[in-house]
Amino acid sequence: MTDWEPKIVAFLCNWCSYGGADLAGVSRLQYPANIRIIRVPCSGRVNPKFILAAFRQGADGVWVSGCHPGDCHYIEGNLYARRKFTLLNNLLEHTGIEPGRLHFSWISSAEATKFAETARKVVDAVKAAGPAQHFIKKQAEVA
Amino acid sequence: MRSYTEKIREAAKRLLSENRVDAVIGFRRGTVALMNEPCLVKNADQVDRLYWDSNCGVNLANYLPKRPDRVAIVAKGCDSRNIVVHLLENQIKREQLYILGAPCHGMIDRRRILADLHGKEPLEVEETDGRVRLIGRDFEESLDREAYLQENCAICVHRNPVIYDELVGELVEEQQNVDRYEDVRRVEAMIPEERWLHFEQLIAPCIRCYACRNACPLCYCPTCFVDESRPQWVGKSIDRTDTRTFHFLRAYHVAGRCTDCGACERACPVGIKVRQFTKKMEKDIKELYGYEVGLNTDERPPLDTYRPGDPEPSFK
Repeated sequence: MTDWEPKIVAFLCNWCSYGGADLAGVSRLQYPANIRIIRVPCSGRVNPKFILAAFRQGADGVWVSGCHPGDCHYIEGNLYARRKFTLLNNLLEHTGIEPGRLHFSWISSAEATKFAETARKVVDAVKAAGPAQHFIKKQAEVA
Repeated sequence: MRSYTEKIREAAKRLLSENRVDAVIGFRRGTVALMNEPCLVKNADQVDRLYWDSNCGVNLANYLPKRPDRVAIVAKGCDSRNIVVHLLENQIKREQLYILGAPCHGMIDRRRILADLHGKEPLEVEETDGRVRLIGRDFEESLDREAYLQENCAICVHRNPVIYDELVGELVEEQQNVDRYEDVRRVEAMIPEERWLHFEQLIAPCIRCYACRNACPLCYCPTCFVDESRPQWVGKSIDRTDTRTFHFLRAYHVAGRCTDCGACERACPVGIKVRQFTKKMEKDIKELYGYEVGLNTDERPPLDTYRPGDPEPSFK
């Protein structure tokens, strides 16, 4: 298990966090390679089903990131997203998902260092939580 | 309860004969004891079918979305709140509705009664002040009504309809000092593994019949996420992971819309306490956003609005 590396799906908003990731790359900042980025138009575009689907298909962690509140390209998309994901996170943890699997952040396209830093934090937290089992289908139990 | 029945029939007769509405949605006596069924009356000479007692737990707001006609509907506290949700979500227009408000004393839980009868089958039920009299072939039993209320009714704080055109009974006194979230807090106090196990055991008997979904007045999507195949969000088998995904997403889908009417639990053929999922959402929304579902038609639902300073404990 020592060489286990987590798989993390990151939904990054096109206008801010994806730009931040781009800038981090252009600036040659170092951060772990465990994240798989999916570019979305807005953090408000991310449906809770996407997050569940990611977990079901073997992601060990999910990270959603968008523009800072007030800076949304679509004015208010991330403000709806904030309520949506606060509730989602609460319900997931209430039903028994370990804290540390699901992450949210606000990163602007100028915050390359914050992107790299948050990526490290996310990867560390997911590593600490270990391989995700809960939403992965196991072989059917035959009675 | 007799008086409710008479008032409902009288109002239905009046509304239908004056052509104020095209149909009246209410209850009629069920073919089995303790199970009244929804009933649509379209003709003034059929109003004697309508009936009311404490076995009218089905949420009639379920029959409203996308109706083209004018209807009168008998509404308990929770039904009326679900009507408000429908109005907010543009599922029906207020002008189409004539709401017969039925101040509710709580509906009774037939499962607990049947369990306590130990296999004896009641054929008839009668209610007289605070007692439920059950009459079977060779027995007769009288039970305390309050002790057999549905779980959600016992902790209900909105028994009076919030919106109505006419009342069919005196307004009742709302329950005070009710602890609505005792069971949620009990789960919250557990460690994550215990919580996972708790819900795993809770949904273990699920046969994925979707009765909870169909009984729910909020579940009117043209295509439910469980029926979508491209992409398929959740498998259709009774695999544990699929069942968990279904219950989780169903609960999340009604976040900020659920009035805790208990229709889902009532409909569940295997008795899963599905409200354990939805009540957590209800509690959070109340604590974080100060919103209670279905109380007024001017306020947008919590997930359809925002405030600049909303709490964001989980955001970095």
